[in-house]
Amino acid sequence: MTDTLTPVLTDNWGDERAWTLAAYEARGGYRALDKAFAMAPDAVIEEVKESGLRGRGGAGFPTGMKWGFIPQDNPKPKYLVVNADESEPGTCKDIPLMMASPHTLVEGVIISSYAIRANKAFIYIRGEVLHVIRRVQRAVQEAYLAGHLGTNIHGSGYDLDIVVHAGAGAYICGEETALLEGLEGRRGQPRLRPPFPAVAGLYASPTVINNVESIASVPSIIANGRGWFSSMGTEKSKGYGIFSLSGHVQKPGQYEAPLGITLRTLIDLAGGIREGHELKFWTPGGSSTPLLTAEHLDVPLDFEGVGAAGSMLGTRALQIFDDSTCVVRAVLRWTEFYKHESCGKCTPCREGTWWLVQVLAALEKGEGTEEDLDLLLDQCDNILGRSFCALADGAVSPVASSIQYFRDEYIAHLTQGGCPFDPARSTAWAGQEVTA
Amino acid sequence: MTLTQENLSELREIAARYPEARSGLLPMLHLVQSIEGRITPEGIEVCAEILDISAAEVSGVATFYTMYKRRPVGDYHVGVCTNTLCAVMGGDAIFDKLKCHLDVGNDETTEDGKITLEHVECNAACDYAPVMMVNWEFMDNMTPESAVELVDDLREGKEVRSTRGPRIVTWREAERVLAGFPDDLADEGPAAGPASLVGLEIARENGWTAPEAGQEESK
Repeated sequence: MTDTLTPVLTDNWGDERAWTLAAYEARGGYRALDKAFAMAPDAVIEEVKESGLRGRGGAGFPTGMKWGFIPQDNPKPKYLVVNADESEPGTCKDIPLMMASPHTLVEGVIISSYAIRANKAFIYIRGEVLHVIRRVQRAVQEAYLAGHLGTNIHGSGYDLDIVVHAGAGAYICGEETALLEGLEGRRGQPRLRPPFPAVAGLYASPTVINNVESIASVPSIIANGRGWFSSMGTEKSKGYGIFSLSGHVQKPGQYEAPLGITLRTLIDLAGGIREGHELKFWTPGGSSTPLLTAEHLDVPLDFEGVGAAGSMLGTRALQIFDDSTCVVRAVLRWTEFYKHESCGKCTPCREGTWWLVQVLAALEKGEGTEEDLDLLLDQCDNILGRSFCALADGAVSPVASSIQYFRDEYIAHLTQGGCPFDPARSTAWAGQEVTA
Repeated sequence: MTLTQENLSELREIAARYPEARSGLLPMLHLVQSIEGRITPEGIEVCAEILDISAAEVSGVATFYTMYKRRPVGDYHVGVCTNTLCAVMGGDAIFDKLKCHLDVGNDETTEDGKITLEHVECNAACDYAPVMMVNWEFMDNMTPESAVELVDDLREGKEVRSTRGPRIVTWREAERVLAGFPDDLADEGPAAGPASLVGLEIARENGWTAPEAGQEESK
């Protein structure tokens, strides 16, 4: 039986100066590299494929299969691009990973690039995390000086250069083709697929784009073997993952566990919901995944389990809201976010998110009628699946799911002529005020 | 202000990092902000010339990304996360308090040119909510009181440290790092903040670990 928590990526985060090359090498860092170099690139792809690793950036596409899509007979250079644009509301795992152990990512980049036969890799980090960028810049510099990067790495004959690239503030650049546009110096607007990036990605060349946590998982898979990785997790969702608990729990933070753990277990570990309150609603994988409620506490948090419950595992960004929170306020705020971040390319998303905000803002103030709820669902229907990328689909998730579970609360805003909740009661410091 | 020869050569240096020069545009615009304090018409022209694209194309990029500012930014860009989770946890109250205390609206700068206040979107630190950012450094677990103290300290020129990072540098200095010219502060601050370590600590207390390699096949 696997333990409840299985720290692998987080295992060294508490080490003294964990971010340095010395600390990383002291616990065996960069040794997976030699093991990989002793294998043929295709064998590395096979190992990752057989481990069952699925993308940790939200979509859950099998990582090894993605690598296998790179047409090796294409004469153009191949590229690896790491998506370190972590911006999905609630998601906060890649940023602490890169801050605490950037070398885990760098070693993963080298092995992954070797597998797909890329000699140039890019780490696209959102610009709004200065110290994380410093740490990754430093790690890359240290890796060059130690001979882990550059030419003829470890005497293998393999060459790799890494460029650390800072974004400039755009949620949409977490979408892989928008990220490529940003990396090519353009406005971050998603591309129509096909062609997929594996065939025509960066500079129209074969490109693999993987999330930070996916790439950072690769050294452990190569070091310990496919069987080790797949011994954790569930049938179709193998391995471990970082679960990020935030909001109204006693101990918010990062919990690394086999896929399939339940929210009930995680909340228990986190010391429960805030004193005197109950769980009201939560997101399993960021704001783009439909809301769930207390009735879903025992859903296995793997790709299949959360899917069967009507949502998505996403990035395991578990935002927990207790009974002090107004769901209409929460959904309005997320919707304002999607409206702001819509890149404007597709009309249903650009105009639709704007209309959703108009209707929701009125409802939140207690204005409008019950028919506006059907109007919202109708708008959702005209946005979902009608745009180039998943931002539009994500935008309707909180709206549709909140109406499904909390229709009465919307109506209460109308009958009471405004929000029945006191926002002061949901703050981190609620209950701590000295009552005079 | 006119860009110097040294500025121009650094801009070219950024473009040269990439297989295709235009890929350098985002970091080049960060460098323009570091030199000019904002995206200036001259900065746009210079980037366009180096990359051999039109000024309109550069402008199109500069207006797409929210970190690029067309108006001068203060020494300290103070961001308050008001995305749902932080807003609910108190971000809205903090933002209201700061607007009132500093007497500015969203995306405005105090009269002394010290602080630009802006509400920001989710910055990937939800386990430290409510979160603020100063020049894109984390300020975790804020309250209205600690937020006021923070901006007062910044305005008085006191040394301020990120809760999970180094002493706060100026916005222009920060923009230079984003352009890919590192300062020497990577080793400051902890590896991880307390919330990043809670799961690890619980695992240690219970003796929980990932399986040992090589054990799984024998099962």
